[in-house]
Amino acid sequence: MGSVNDNKYVIDVRNVRKSFGPKLVVNNIAIQVKRGEIYGFLGPNGSGKTTFIRMLCGLLTPDHAEGTCLGLDVLKQQDLIKPRVGYMTQKFSLYEDLTVLENLKLIAGLYGISDARNVINGITEKTGFSGREKQLAGTLSGGWKQRLALAACLVHSPELLLLDEPTAGVDPKARRDFWEELHKLASEGISALVSTHYMDEAERCHRLAYIAYGNLLARGTIREVIEEAGLHTWRVEGANLSILAEKLRKCDGIEQTIVFGNSLHVTGRDKQRLENAIKPYLNESGFSWMETGSGIEDVFIYLTEKKATDNFK
Amino acid sequence: MKKTLFSFSPRRFASVVVKEFIQMRRDRMTFAMMVGIPVLQLVIFGYAINSNPKFLPTVIVEAGQSNFTRAIVSAMKNSEYFSIVKEAESEDEAEKIMKRAEAQFVISFPPDFSRELAKGKRPQLLIQADAADPSAVSYALSAFEGIVNSALAKELKGPLAAIGVKNGPVDIRLHRCFNPEIRTQVNVVPGLLGVILTMTMVFITSLAVTREKERGTMETLLATPVKPLEVMTGKIIPYMIVGYIQITLVLGLAKYLFNISFAGSISLLFFVAFFFIAANLAVGVTISTLAKNQLQAVQMSVFFFLPSILLSGFMFPFRGMPFWAQCIGSMLPLTHFLEIVRGIILRGAGLGDFYRHGIFIVAFLFGIILIGLFRYRQTLD
Ligand SMILES: Nc1ncnc2c1ncn2[C@@H]1O[C@H](COP(=O)(O)OP(=O)(O)O)[C@@H](O)[C@H]1O
Ligand SMILES: [Mg+2]
Repeated sequence: MGSVNDNKYVIDVRNVRKSFGPKLVVNNIAIQVKRGEIYGFLGPNGSGKTTFIRMLCGLLTPDHAEGTCLGLDVLKQQDLIKPRVGYMTQKFSLYEDLTVLENLKLIAGLYGISDARNVINGITEKTGFSGREKQLAGTLSGGWKQRLALAACLVHSPELLLLDEPTAGVDPKARRDFWEELHKLASEGISALVSTHYMDEAERCHRLAYIAYGNLLARGTIREVIEEAGLHTWRVEGANLSILAEKLRKCDGIEQTIVFGNSLHVTGRDKQRLENAIKPYLNESGFSWMETGSGIEDVFIYLTEKKATDNFK
Repeated sequence: MKKTLFSFSPRRFASVVVKEFIQMRRDRMTFAMMVGIPVLQLVIFGYAINSNPKFLPTVIVEAGQSNFTRAIVSAMKNSEYFSIVKEAESEDEAEKIMKRAEAQFVISFPPDFSRELAKGKRPQLLIQADAADPSAVSYALSAFEGIVNSALAKELKGPLAAIGVKNGPVDIRLHRCFNPEIRTQVNVVPGLLGVILTMTMVFITSLAVTREKERGTMETLLATPVKPLEVMTGKIIPYMIVGYIQITLVLGLAKYLFNISFAGSISLLFFVAFFFIAANLAVGVTISTLAKNQLQAVQMSVFFFLPSILLSGFMFPFRGMPFWAQCIGSMLPLTHFLEIVRGIILRGAGLGDFYRHGIFIVAFLFGIILIGLFRYRQTLD
């Protein structure tokens, strides 16, 4: 057995499976997260992200799983994994009736930190809680709660962070700050698995996995995922885009049309057939067409739709 | 306006009924309670309550062997009020037995009872009753004189027939021990101590783990390396203090409001209370590991509390209950704690007098903690 630190991957699991009753929620998922990497775990709501993360930190028992977390067996060595992992729950789950400081002290105590006072001082300073230590956690705003939850994850200096939708429901500035903080931590050598249903956050991750309906649909760097999908996308700008989208949707060779604010993305698998399909509309007045590469969101939506129709068949 | 107010659609009505049934069926606990509580009450009020207790343990001192004493003792047995548990050698021995609450009555025949009786001299017959719980002994006491007189009437025949025609053949002396003024408060207040502790301690802690589950904080706890026993005992300890505050309060009120004097050692009582409070808290924590939500936790607490209050000897004399009810009662820590509290406060009992009750409470405490640990879920499955 090689030294734990030689291991390139902090998470290396395969065939992770979990059902609730008859419902298969996580279907044979495999992911590999490298040391020092920020790994995005993307997928729509209800796709099994939380369930998967809970299995990694021993809060749920998988029906089946193989592999290691921090070089330790995911099934048999949960007791050793727990103290080295920082888990941030999707829903704020610190004690609302305790103050910031009391919460951090509690967590430090639960992890058996010896010089808790220094550690907590360091963390409150780093996360900007100085001066707010006495505030009840329940009275913090969404962004501050999220920050406190992250601070609580860091109390025991974990090597790996499992963050479940840490940016859900916080304002854009807080989201930006959060990702900055995360990259700072990564540069210090802390790895992170971050789940999110915000597709745009994919760009903030070194690598990512995309899951829907419990199935892993794509993984790799953003570029790899986009290339792998092999899609072609045109962007249209103009007025009454939804009417145009409705017409285009029925055309052969067009797999998907999505309105993004005031532009329309028209996507197809076959370059030639796509061009044939849009040809009649190219010169229609009021629209400007432009061939752009597919974005990660086009790919995600395409993969999700395809999976849904495959499931339906 | 009126029309919508009073409109009634049988179909809507039926769908509501169906929905309610489905919900009820899914919520087994509520269902069990809805059936269980009325049944429990019916059974307890219908059968268990008996303020006319029989077969009360009785010790006879120095009965000697004569037709008269034999007749009295056997008439007492036949009356079904008394059950002779022992023939003591001396008053001292009998007193000790009563202090341990193993006998409710001591009946003492003076040494020359039979001779004096035969001479028509109206000898004394002393009956001492443990009147800590007055209602437990009152029926037996009021029947006693009649039992003695009719037993002797059969023996006093021929030349002795004239004896006792006027005042009765013997001079029955009644001595109520431990609560001579027959005040029910003296009995109720120490009992209340146990009841209050049972109720509050179980309720408070039964919500403890359940609340964590409902608020989601359980997930934080489970993600840390904290262990079940740490969580369980950690939740128990703070409430121990609450329990001691309650004891101090009740005892204070007992002394200054009801003028109850403490025959025994209060520090001993505080010592024993430690295990009793812990036992109840453990019950609460265990309940909360079983309950899915706070409502269920409350329901289960009631399910524990109801038999405790009804079958422990607090509400009704323990010896007046039928055998099965006594069996259930003796499985509850409150029953044993009440014996101890009454023993200490009213009879001045010491540790040696009630160690068996103490052992039960300690055993119960560990048993319950074991169940709680076993039931504590370390995952969210
Ligand atoms: N404890 C549970 N019991 C039954 N179903 C569950 C449970 N937890 C999650 N699910 C179901 O599993 C699916 C995946 O949920 P989740 O892992 O929370 O998805 P995500 O985090 O990606 O939104 C959902 O359909 C959800 O309803
Ligand atoms: Mg989730």
